[in-house]
Amino acid sequence: MTAMVECKGVEKEYVKGKEVVPVLAGINLEISEGDFLAMMGPSGSGKTTLLNLIGGLDQPTGGEIHVGGTLLSDMSSRALAKWRSENVGFIFQFYNLLPVLNAQRNVELPLLLTKLSRKQRQINAGTALEIVGLGDRAKHKPNELSGGQQQRVAIARALVADPNLLVCDEPTGDLDRDTADEILALLETLNRDHGKTIVMVTHDPKAAEHAKHTLHMDKGKLVVSEGADA
Amino acid sequence: MNIVGLMWANLFRKPMRTTLTILSVVIAFLLFGLLQSIGSAFEGGAQVAGVDRLVVAAKYSQIDNLPYAQKQQILSVEGVDGITHTSWFGGNYQDPKNFFAKFPVDPVSYFDIYNELDLQPADALERFIRERNAAVVDVALAERFGWQVGDVIPIIGTIYSKSDGDRLWEFTLVGTYSENGEASNFPLFLFNYEYFNESTAFGRDQVGQWTVRIDMPERAGEIAQQIDALFENSTDPTRTASEDEANRQFARQLGDMGFITTMIMSAVFFTIILLTGNTMSQALRERIPELAVLKTLGFTDATVSLLILGEAVMLCLLGGLLGGLLALGLGPIISAMIESFFGSFEVSNQVVLNGLGLSLVVGLLIGMIPALSAQRLAIVDALRGL
Repeated sequence: MTAMVECKGVEKEYVKGKEVVPVLAGINLEISEGDFLAMMGPSGSGKTTLLNLIGGLDQPTGGEIHVGGTLLSDMSSRALAKWRSENVGFIFQFYNLLPVLNAQRNVELPLLLTKLSRKQRQINAGTALEIVGLGDRAKHKPNELSGGQQQRVAIARALVADPNLLVCDEPTGDLDRDTADEILALLETLNRDHGKTIVMVTHDPKAAEHAKHTLHMDKGKLVVSEGADA
Repeated sequence: MNIVGLMWANLFRKPMRTTLTILSVVIAFLLFGLLQSIGSAFEGGAQVAGVDRLVVAAKYSQIDNLPYAQKQQILSVEGVDGITHTSWFGGNYQDPKNFFAKFPVDPVSYFDIYNELDLQPADALERFIRERNAAVVDVALAERFGWQVGDVIPIIGTIYSKSDGDRLWEFTLVGTYSENGEASNFPLFLFNYEYFNESTAFGRDQVGQWTVRIDMPERAGEIAQQIDALFENSTDPTRTASEDEANRQFARQLGDMGFITTMIMSAVFFTIILLTGNTMSQALRERIPELAVLKTLGFTDATVSLLILGEAVMLCLLGGLLGGLLALGLGPIISAMIESFFGSFEVSNQVVLNGLGLSLVVGLLIGMIPALSAQRLAIVDALRGL
């Protein structure tokens, strides 16, 4: 199976005042296309930083990151933004929907960057909402939806541009157990039936059980990898 | 939805705050429209050519009087067809709040020069000439105070007292006048100059200004120069101008209107920029996580920056447009109130367009700093702050 994500000697440091804080220390990781990987570890272990680098939200201090065959490490901010819009879907713990837009329009947001017609954007957004089971809530604003429903809208937004890679940062961290299980089941479906590669950061071992592989991090290094090549 | 729709939706995320902000911008541009129009009316250049009435006033100050003896000299100028005079009497009727202008005039020449005025009843002019303490008023003034012909109207002199020191001047109303069947825009209380001149303790044989009628409007500028030349080296030099210009000169006694309106507008816009800028900055701070999400979805730094700038411009353009339209709507009402006094007053389409241009500039100024902040926002830092 071909690699969707390849990290080679990835390092990341933050500068706080005069102090240089190393966050990732020489990460080597390969995630196959179609994988569903959970990343676990204590707070400050570097898992969200690694997720951000894989999603093209940040640049490494050292090393190389290839996603879908594209080298992200050398891309400009503008090129990276375009790459993200076409290749990655993001799902956050707190949903991060725009409160002024209804579900349909929130999902439509990434398509504003495409050349699709208004009609086609609406059709695609409607389809994405149908996939997550919220076709009947299209006109509802986020504050009119439950937490689980808001996360489904966020997943629809992540899916609407049909990216190959979904990166999820604690996607069930703000949900009760039953709702979390529904969201995780949805992610499993997207992985299994739609072929999406999913990288998920979580503190929750039960959430990690839904992934095909689990990777543990501590102090900026991979310590245990179950299934992934590290 | 499109990018403009997204801006619009974001603009109204807090409807009350946005409405109040737009309202303040509307008021600013309403003021802009009205003050710029008033400023233009005040600062408008003298248009002497083509008018058939000229006003001859003291050259250096409108509060200076002119000697009555000038009358024959002015009449001797070729092209001058008639002459009358007015003087500012001041005085209060019952209460200083009951303000209206009171002029001692020569009844015959006044209604001859201002022949558009229709005096009623039929014997009013005759009585005005004959009865030394007679007065006539604009119909609107009579209606305002409920005066009837025959009423005695007491005026307390604030500038002029009688030669015996008494400040009470009593007048008998003998008629009312209208202009083309309607009340005039600047209602006057007119009384007999002869009575005033005989009774006043000081200022006898003097007038406030002359109004002359000329028979060759195309020579108005030349005639004005000839009149002023007559008195150039006298103790009472004159400045002759059209009625509109004379009214403007009178209004300028209040101060440099262009400077005053500019200062007012500067203060208003400085405040608007600070207030609206602060509102935009606050709105930006509240939306940092959302802007980070937009960047995460693939919106470039420049696009996010333009979204913020566009919201500020949209807000100001909306306020500018509404303020301009309001000024256009109020223009005729205000014009009707002050036109005869200040000359032509009009809120033109050009003023509204100027306002829109200014609102664009204000929007860019207000949105510039928040837009730059949004552009520089690092996604990871912003998401970490969630």
